[in-house]
Amino acid sequence: MSIDLDHAPPDISAKTASAPSPSPALVAVVPASARRRSVPRWTRRTAGPLLLLGLWQLASSLGWLPVDTLAPPSTIASAAADLIEDGTLPGAMAVSLQRVAIGLVIGGTAGTALALLSGLSRLGEDLIDASVQMLRTVPWVGLIPLFIIWMGIGEAPKVALIALGTAFHLYLNVYAGIRGVDEQLMKAGGALGLGRWSLVRHVVLPGALPGFMTGLRYSLATAWLALVFGESINADAGIGFLMNQAREFFRTDVIVVCLVVYAFLGLTADLVVRTLERLLLQWRPTFTGQ
Amino acid sequence: MATDLHGAVAATTAVRVAGLTRSFGGRAVIDSLDLTLRAGEFTVLLGRSGCGKSTLLRILAGLDREIEGEVLVPERRAVAFQAPRLMPWKRVWRNVLLGLPGRPDRERAEQALAEVGLEHRTDAWPKTLSGGEAQRASLARALVREPDLLLLDEPFGALDALTRIKAQQLVAQLWQRRGCAVLLVTHDVDEAVLLADRVLVMDEGRISYDTHIPLDRPREVGDPGFAALRTRLLAELGVV
Ligand SMILES: Nc1ncnc2c1ncn2[C@@H]1O[C@H](COP(=O)(O)OP(=O)(O)O)[C@@H](O)[C@H]1O
Ligand SMILES: [Mg+2]
Repeated sequence: MSIDLDHAPPDISAKTASAPSPSPALVAVVPASARRRSVPRWTRRTAGPLLLLGLWQLASSLGWLPVDTLAPPSTIASAAADLIEDGTLPGAMAVSLQRVAIGLVIGGTAGTALALLSGLSRLGEDLIDASVQMLRTVPWVGLIPLFIIWMGIGEAPKVALIALGTAFHLYLNVYAGIRGVDEQLMKAGGALGLGRWSLVRHVVLPGALPGFMTGLRYSLATAWLALVFGESINADAGIGFLMNQAREFFRTDVIVVCLVVYAFLGLTADLVVRTLERLLLQWRPTFTGQ
Repeated sequence: MATDLHGAVAATTAVRVAGLTRSFGGRAVIDSLDLTLRAGEFTVLLGRSGCGKSTLLRILAGLDREIEGEVLVPERRAVAFQAPRLMPWKRVWRNVLLGLPGRPDRERAEQALAEVGLEHRTDAWPKTLSGGEAQRASLARALVREPDLLLLDEPFGALDALTRIKAQQLVAQLWQRRGCAVLLVTHDVDEAVLLADRVLVMDEGRISYDTHIPLDRPREVGDPGFAALRTRLLAELGVV
């Protein structure tokens, strides 16, 4: 191996000795409070939807969007006002909400109970988990015909559909939550002298709570979906019934009102869960966004 | 060494271990180990990483029962681990009271927290504690059960140098006030000489070296006697 020394190494001794190197450019670290925009958060969040509504109204009044295809927001608003005034909408909402509530309670209880059984014990896991995983792969919407044959066309099949749609979400998430509890905390609990049930109560269940909350959110989303499916068949009351009627009379404004009501109910439910999460999971050392 | 205590051994014994063996997959991590700890004594257990210190501690805490041999420990024991292991979903004072029998009131937690200088964080969530504070909360949780044997597994391992010195002083104070037997696991020789009445070195699943630290307290790292003990222990650990 030969080393070619065709140039001398740069002479850094003179450089450092004579000319002091220029100090590097300094940048200020901007405090987070200064970076925060002056517009409050909620205004920023509502600006987008409001803009969309404005565009829609504009498109309708300019004639780009025929009323037969989609009614403008103003017409929809007055339709909503009428429906509220004559009591149709509140009545329908009450019926639909009741269906969701009953279905959610039944499905949620079943899903959570099964998850506890299979999450807490190996025996439970062996007996329950495989069956639940198998049933989960059946698309629940596809069960509507069977439910009608079994339960007729009353409230039962609608509630059953909602219960079925929600149970699996809670099962999966609570189960994952239980099995995700930190082994070190279990050991610490053991060292503090907690017995089996105290461990479940003070360590496993709180640890599985984030999973439960996630499951609850998915469940609520699915519950509204199941409600729409359930009510689109043979309903004689509720929001779905209102929507079916509107379809017969080509009332696109009423259909949109119903859709908005579905969305509104869904949002409200999500808000409730978010608030619950904020209250119950405030201990969680997690990233909350910048 | 222990002749002055011979007559009263039975009454003043905090831990008695005889022929203890613990194997993982056929490999004996602890191999017919014998050990006696005296009540009220501060014992430090030294040893290379992986030599079985934590395993021994877990056994003494009653967390690991897959053992052969005889192990006698006091009814009231408490453990603090390297990681504080506070339940993140319980506020500090509830963490301190967790596992206590009956319905202990908040005041008991407050007393224990005051003892470790954490009375101002009683209501805090564990996630808002600094490393040193969390470790002190974990110590308070151990103290509140008024243990006869306090087991500490590298409790200062994750702390920065300054916080560590403070925490060491705190443990020394608490031990002097409480008078319980302490078994502290560490791999820091200075820490051992600073705190211990007695230092044990563990190797190949047994106690390979056992010595008393005759230095007066408070001790100085710069002391000549200190340096000699440190050199000796390092040699026993196979470092020098
Ligand atoms: N649950 C386990 N399964 C298998 N091996 C283990 C287990 N726990 C500890 N060991 C082994 O036992 C030995 C001693 O571990 P440990 O007591 O944690 O060492 P240390 O002295 O560093 O605290 C190590 O070799 C480790 O790999
Ligand atoms: Mg260890």
